[in-house]
Order: sequence, then C-alpha cells, then structure tokens
Amino acid sequence: MTVRARLSHDTASVALGGKAVARALREAGVEIVPVGSRGLFWLEPFVEVRTASGWQAFGPVAATDVAGILEAVRNAAPHALSLGRIEDHPFLKAQTRLTFARCGTVDPASLQDYETEGGLAGLKHAIEIGPKAIRDEILASGLRGRGGAGFPAGIKWNGAADAPGDVKYLVCNADEGDSGTYADRMLMEGDPFLLIEGMAIAAVATGATKGYIYIRSEYPIAIAAMRRAIAVARDKGLLGASVLGSAFAFDLEVRVGAGSYVCGEETALLESIEGRRGQVRAKPPLPVHSGLFGKPTVIHNVLTFAAAPTILTKGAGFYRDLGLGRSRGTMPIQLAGDIKHGGLFETPFGITLGELVNDIGGGTASGRPIRAVQVGGPLGAYFPPALFDTPFDYEAFTAKGGLIGHGGVVVFNDTVDMAHQARFAMEFCAVESCGKCTPCRIGSVRGMETIDKILKEPANAAQMALLRDLCDTMKSGSLCALGGFVPYPVLSAIDHFPEDFVAR
Amino acid sequence: MKAGDVNSAATRGAWSEDRARAAVAPHAAVPGGLLPALHALQAEFGFVPKPAIALLAHEFNLSRAEVFGVASFYHDFRLDGPAGRHVLKLCRAEACQAVGAERIAAAAQAALKLGWSETSSDGAWTLEPAYCLGLCASGPSAMLNGEPVGRLDETKLAELIEQAGP
Repeated sequence: MTVRARLSHDTASVALGGKAVARALREAGVEIVPVGSRGLFWLEPFVEVRTASGWQAFGPVAATDVAGILEAVRNAAPHALSLGRIEDHPFLKAQTRLTFARCGTVDPASLQDYETEGGLAGLKHAIEIGPKAIRDEILASGLRGRGGAGFPAGIKWNGAADAPGDVKYLVCNADEGDSGTYADRMLMEGDPFLLIEGMAIAAVATGATKGYIYIRSEYPIAIAAMRRAIAVARDKGLLGASVLGSAFAFDLEVRVGAGSYVCGEETALLESIEGRRGQVRAKPPLPVHSGLFGKPTVIHNVLTFAAAPTILTKGAGFYRDLGLGRSRGTMPIQLAGDIKHGGLFETPFGITLGELVNDIGGGTASGRPIRAVQVGGPLGAYFPPALFDTPFDYEAFTAKGGLIGHGGVVVFNDTVDMAHQARFAMEFCAVESCGKCTPCRIGSVRGMETIDKILKEPANAAQMALLRDLCDTMKSGSLCALGGFVPYPVLSAIDHFPEDFVAR
Repeated sequence: MKAGDVNSAATRGAWSEDRARAAVAPHAAVPGGLLPALHALQAEFGFVPKPAIALLAHEFNLSRAEVFGVASFYHDFRLDGPAGRHVLKLCRAEACQAVGAERIAAAAQAALKLGWSETSSDGAWTLEPAYCLGLCASGPSAMLNGEPVGRLDETKLAELIEQAGP
C-alpha cells in the first residue's frame, strides 16, 4: 500500500529545505499531501506520515532522514525525530485554534478538504440569516480589527452597509510588512479558503460585490496559493454571480504590492490598488464612506476577515466568551526572533507576555538571557522583562506605552544595543515614509541625526530632550501610523534602557 | 547562454515596443491597472525601460510625470536596468536582526563585494535589502532568485553563493 505523508509547503518549510524532502519522499514512492504549516517553525521542514494508528509527526526533517523515518514507520519502531501525534504536542495543546484550526491538515488547493473539515458552514448560515443578522452577530462577537488598530469590525460593516450607493468594495490588507509577523502569510498558504469564506460573509453582510486582496510582493508562495484558491472557488460556485447558489454576487481579485511598507496603511493601500503612489489619505472621509475608487469600502486585515466564519459557525456568544476586557476572541500571536520555540500561537487574549516568551516560547534559542521584546512590529514598543506581566490585550499594552499591533513578538537577547534599535526605527521610517506629511518625512531623518549626536557627544541631555520633543511632534502630528507610531520603539528604548543612550 | 537566446539577459533587457504593448495590454482596461502593468513590464524586461513610461502614460491617460512618480515610489520597480543574473535579498528587519542578520549582511557584502542595491560590474549579482520576508521564526532569512532561505549562517551563505554559479 502507498504510504501517504503530509508535507508543509509553507514558505518557512521551503526556506529550510522542504523541496529536497519532497523529492526524497517522492523517490521513496510516498504520496505527498501538500499542506500548510502547523506553525511550529523550529520543527520545519515538518512531515506527518499516515500510519495504522493515525498521523505521526517528524521534524525537523532533512532529505537524508527520509529513508530512516519510513523504515521506522514500517517497523513501528522509534525514531529520533519522531514527535508522535502532533495534536498532543504541548505547543499545540496549549492553544485555542479557531482561525488556524485547519492550517497544516488540509490541502490548501482543495475546496473539498476545506468543506470536509467544517469549512463553508459559516457562509451557508450567513446566507440563511441575511445581511442585518450577520452584522448583528459580528458586532455582538466583539471582533476587533486584527491589523493593529483594533477597531470594532461590526461597526465598519454597518457603516458600509448603511452608506448610500450600489457599488461597494471589500479590501483585504495582506500587506503584512511588520517584522515578526507571518500569520497572514501562513493562513493564505495553508488555508486560503477561510479568507475567501470570511470575505464572502462580509460581502453578503455589506452588499459589496467585489473584493481585492492586496498581498505584498515578498510573499510569492502566498500569492500563488491565494490565486489558485480563488480560481477553484470561482469554478465551484463559491465566488461569482451567485455565491453558493444564493442571490448574492461576489468576486475576488489578488493585487500584488511592490515593496512599500507604508502600503500596509489602509489609505495608502487603497491608493496603491488604484494605481497610484502609496501615499496616505487624510481621514475623514473614512473608507467605509468613501474608500476604494471613492466607493464605500470595508478594509480589514486577513485575520479579521478570517475570524468571521468561526463567529458565524459557532455563534457570537462562543467568540465573545473568549478573551479579556474589550479584547474578545482569539489572537494568532507570532513568536519570532531569538526564541527557542518560534511559531504561531493562537490563544484567547489575556495571556501574559512572560508566559508567551518564557513558558510557550522556551526563552531564547541562543540560550542567552532576554533583554527586550518588541511587540507589534517595527512600530511597536520594546518591553523589558520587568513588563512581562502585561497581559496580551489592546488596552493593557496601551497602558504600558506599547501596542499589540498585528501580534508579532520579537525576542532580543542581552547583546542587543537599544540605541541602535531606536536609530533603526527612525531609519526605517525615513526609508518607508510616503512623504506626504512633514513630521514623518523630515522628523524621521532628524530623529536619526539626533540619535547619532547622542551617541557621539558626552553631555547629551539637551539632545535627549530634543529627541523626546521630536517624538511628541511625530506622534501627534503625523497623518498615519508610520510617523505616528515610530515614537513607540524609540521612546520605549529610551525609557526602559537609558543606559544604552550614552556617548561611546 | 548563447547570444540570440530569447531569454538571454541582453535580449530580455532590450527595448521592444511590441513586447511592451503585449505586456501592458491585459492591464490597460483594469481599474487601477498601472501597478499590475508595471509588474508585467518588469517581468518582461527585467526592469521598467524608459520608453515604457511614455507608453504607459498614453495607455492610462496620465502624464509621464505621474507614471514616473508611481514607478519610482515603489522599491520593487527597477528603472535603471535589469538586476544581476542572481538576486540575493537579505532581510534586515528586527526579527532577523535579533538572530544576527547584520553579521550575515556584512558577510554577504564582503563575499559579493557589493553594497546595498548594487549590481556587480559583470552583471552576476545584485544585493538587495528586504524588510521582512515573513520568516521571522526561522531567521536570518533571505531570498535567492525568488527562493526563500531560512536559518542562514556564514557557511550556508557561502554555499549558496558558490552553488548559484556565475
């Protein structure tokens, strides 16, 4: 009988030698089931082999390990890389996987797999209950935008539905440019139909008939997976003139970014889809009133749309019961940087930063002590271990001078130079600024220069005061989150690690 | 590669209005089609040749300045000529910094004798910075000729450069 094996086709698996493993498996006559990643990246390339007692996991697998693994499976013998049943692994067992429930178990090109594993139930229910009831469910679930701003999704949907006009759009922001984040990529590569279903639900709820998924060009595998899934969805009647045979029409198109970080900012992203420079727009008007091509537009991050099918399937109450304070449901947190167990950890809001990096993440991969953790991408604050009791929650992080952003957690060991990191934040802002507003365009350059002076001149109190003042101006005077949030990494570095801001 | 080979670097980069029109045509009627059209031109020629700016301006009913403004805004679009035969993109963002990306960058710059965004004089290599490739749990990461690479160290980097060939 042919042996079947699941092999992750995620970018991370490919980056770590997955293609060579695939060749070795094929040469050994194994039938490969292409899947996304389970999100345990220290175990990639990751292989699950079908045995008499279920799927048995192995990782990290090199091509040269394949023969031995197959031999061990045949003889039901132990193997050094064996991980047993992966669902029992503590990293997965400790999670509440809703958005990522299927990732790593289904073929991302197979709508049949998706449906067998519970997919499309949310959309079918949505079509039954109709637009108003869907929006009520989303509002009642407490779902907030997962891109970072945390705006209640239901309010956006209502805004777009109530806006006058026949033509309305959905835009999915898959321009996941924050360092330390990869959940959008993982989902698009591993379970693209979930995003399609989520957007179809939003389309039914708001009256939008066309949606765009804007994916950054750095993600070629995700772009291909998403395009393939959209083609399948059209072919099977999930997208098109009649969504699943209903009276609702909806179609999707993938647009590819071109290497601009600021295009992750929603209004810059709209400009980019319209074929212009990715310059931010002043708000108002809000995109729900006048967004893409001047039409009412709901714009969400991948994970926000992807949460909708769960809410419609399991009910608003189920989702709302998870979480902490005003942060409801689960957040796919991404552990990255110098961390032993780096990977995707989906959990209800409320887990502390210390639990995440020490208990779940296992501390640093290098074995050195942790000095700082940057949460929320390049515009997020650096937290020292003294703040590890901060619960993962929008408000709790804001209260400590930080933000959770898109859920990226980057661990730095004690060799990190925090003045260097602060300077990098300014440099990055200078490179990526769209140029429209002065605080961001000029402020970032002046910020770089000021930090350089601080590191050169022994008595630097005046320059430090100037840098704080500049951060204040950028924070309140910038048009968007790029210039407006750069003060987070800079000020947190100064506040928590002042010893690094000295002349050397 | 033989001279006259349709895919040779020289032929690929050489301007041809017919090829440019064919690349742009599917996007000209699409709302907001300028970015897809620029991507298509770059895929065809390896960069966005100067005459293409005028062609795009005509097709999209824009001024040449507007088209140039868009093309020059985005890091991806090359306006000065095609990249080298091998393109190495190294991630310089925070998650990779935390695991030694700067050391890898220095090694790459020394091995290829290139600074950021430079192409070697023999047209062999281009070294580009990238700000996140979504491989933040398995860095330092890179992309070599479109293929992702993770957990880079100096040895693996030297092997990649060696194996890529001339």
